[in-house]
Amino acid sequence: MPEIVIRDLHYSYPPVVPDGDPVSVLRGIDLEVDKGELVSLMGPTGVGKTTLCLALNGIVPRSMGGIFRGDVLVSGLNTREHPVPTLASKAGVVFQDPESQFFNMTVEDEVAFGPESLGIPAADIAERIRWALSVVHMSEYRNRSPFQLSGGQKQRVAIASILAMKPGIMVLDEPTSGLDPMGKSEVFGVVHELKQRDDITVLLVEQEAERIAEFSDRVIVMDDGRIAMTGTPSEIFSQIERMHGIGLAVPQVSELGRDLSDETRTFNFTRFDEAYASLSSAATLEPSGKGADG
Amino acid sequence: MASDTIIQVRNLWYRYRDDIVALKGVDLDIGAGDFVAVIGQNGSGKTTLVKHFNGLLQPASGQVLVGGHDTRKVGVGALARTIGFVFQNPDHQIFCATTREEVAFGPRNLGLAGEELDGRVEEALHRFGLVELADSPPAVLGFGMRRKISVASVYAMRPRVFVLDEPTTGLDWRNSMSLMDTVRSMHEDGHTIILVTHDMKLVCEFAQRSLVLRDGGILAYDDTREIFKRSEILKETGIEPPQIAELSKRMMSYGMPDDVLTVDEFRAAYVGIGRSLR
Repeated sequence: MPEIVIRDLHYSYPPVVPDGDPVSVLRGIDLEVDKGELVSLMGPTGVGKTTLCLALNGIVPRSMGGIFRGDVLVSGLNTREHPVPTLASKAGVVFQDPESQFFNMTVEDEVAFGPESLGIPAADIAERIRWALSVVHMSEYRNRSPFQLSGGQKQRVAIASILAMKPGIMVLDEPTSGLDPMGKSEVFGVVHELKQRDDITVLLVEQEAERIAEFSDRVIVMDDGRIAMTGTPSEIFSQIERMHGIGLAVPQVSELGRDLSDETRTFNFTRFDEAYASLSSAATLEPSGKGADG
Repeated sequence: MASDTIIQVRNLWYRYRDDIVALKGVDLDIGAGDFVAVIGQNGSGKTTLVKHFNGLLQPASGQVLVGGHDTRKVGVGALARTIGFVFQNPDHQIFCATTREEVAFGPRNLGLAGEELDGRVEEALHRFGLVELADSPPAVLGFGMRRKISVASVYAMRPRVFVLDEPTTGLDWRNSMSLMDTVRSMHEDGHTIILVTHDMKLVCEFAQRSLVLRDGGILAYDDTREIFKRSEILKETGIEPPQIAELSKRMMSYGMPDDVLTVDEFRAAYVGIGRSLR
């Protein structure tokens, strides 16, 4: 059975004003994610990406109320039948703003909190902390205050605090928005390693098409409360007009490929290395001569 | 001061609390009508610097002149006529019951009333595509719209200079492009634009000049094209150039230039080397 199974999920938030209408967000989501798969989720602002993330650990609908229809299964558990703490140990969610989930004095205590609340024995917790902090390359910061770290470091501690619960699934909701490029690279590096080395299933909400293209197994595009597109990065990013129509970006090299294509040749690029290999060999194949300005 | 300089910063120092030095002797001239991107790591001093332009922060030592006026001698209210400031989170500056009232708030505070006020508000609503939403409460609109309203409400004050602090964070591609197209048209109308951002695609697409901050000081201040040519500067500040700029540099041995900033420029250069080969 896939690690994540979502069947015909419909969800509406409670009305914003008394006597108002429920706010329909998810309108029939069907999705399966296999163990060890890294799936990126894209969608316009306000389409319900965060709502979908919260449905995976049961916060939607348990803490939110509203109208919920359909089924969500994480590691085989139906979210209707299990409380949020149990679900959170199967599907850990990391949010945009790591600081909003910190409340301990040291990095170590922050990472210990999850497993402690699961009732894990103390000796095992120590081992989990050691492991989780080493995975995110933050071992030497274990006695520091989480509030005094850089943005990228904070987000890595947030990831470690989820990892320490040993979930089979990590859900990351725009984990790098607001981070500078260096912080972004730190966080994506950790996510990539998690998938490669630890076989963790990752659902990543992200807008930066270039990064998605580099390391996703699959891309899912949400529009209007439904899954509008699903496929490999190259299947998704070759549909430039459709992506732009939904309001989303494609990698710069994909646009370049389209712009360079003509009657005699077609370029379909998703990743940097593809574009480099193809364009450099095309340049070499031209009749011999020297490039403009050398 | 030279007639074409709108912001002058002289040996500006600033400390948070007593111990953290956020700006270390910054000297800077921004020309009237320029489009300047302010880039650098988190904590490099970007937001601290621009908050001096509208008087939200006052120098520990040194001087900031805006339109020739010392920010220590004129109030935030008076500076607001010259400098419009769009904050990172639109919800920190949106609080009125309708979009129209929200957009009218700034100019009304500047003392405008009657037809002049109405004219400005209508023009701003029009420019930002908000006419049909004029009577809607901003709170129920989507994040992208609330962001546009926050920029429109600053625009209605007709400041000579716009400071935009990470205006596209949280926006999808369509909303980002639509906002930046409007910013570009404001620039074409003669407004000075100061854009704080981590998005190097935006910097390369829109900003003529780039100011690179590191550790509270200026590492480089030059035409964006010159800055992105200099790999060592980018490396030193952890800035990753857009994919397309990197690709062109990697292909220099095939005749591609080292200063490509956009997809269009890459295409033109690549077609160019193809032609020269025939």
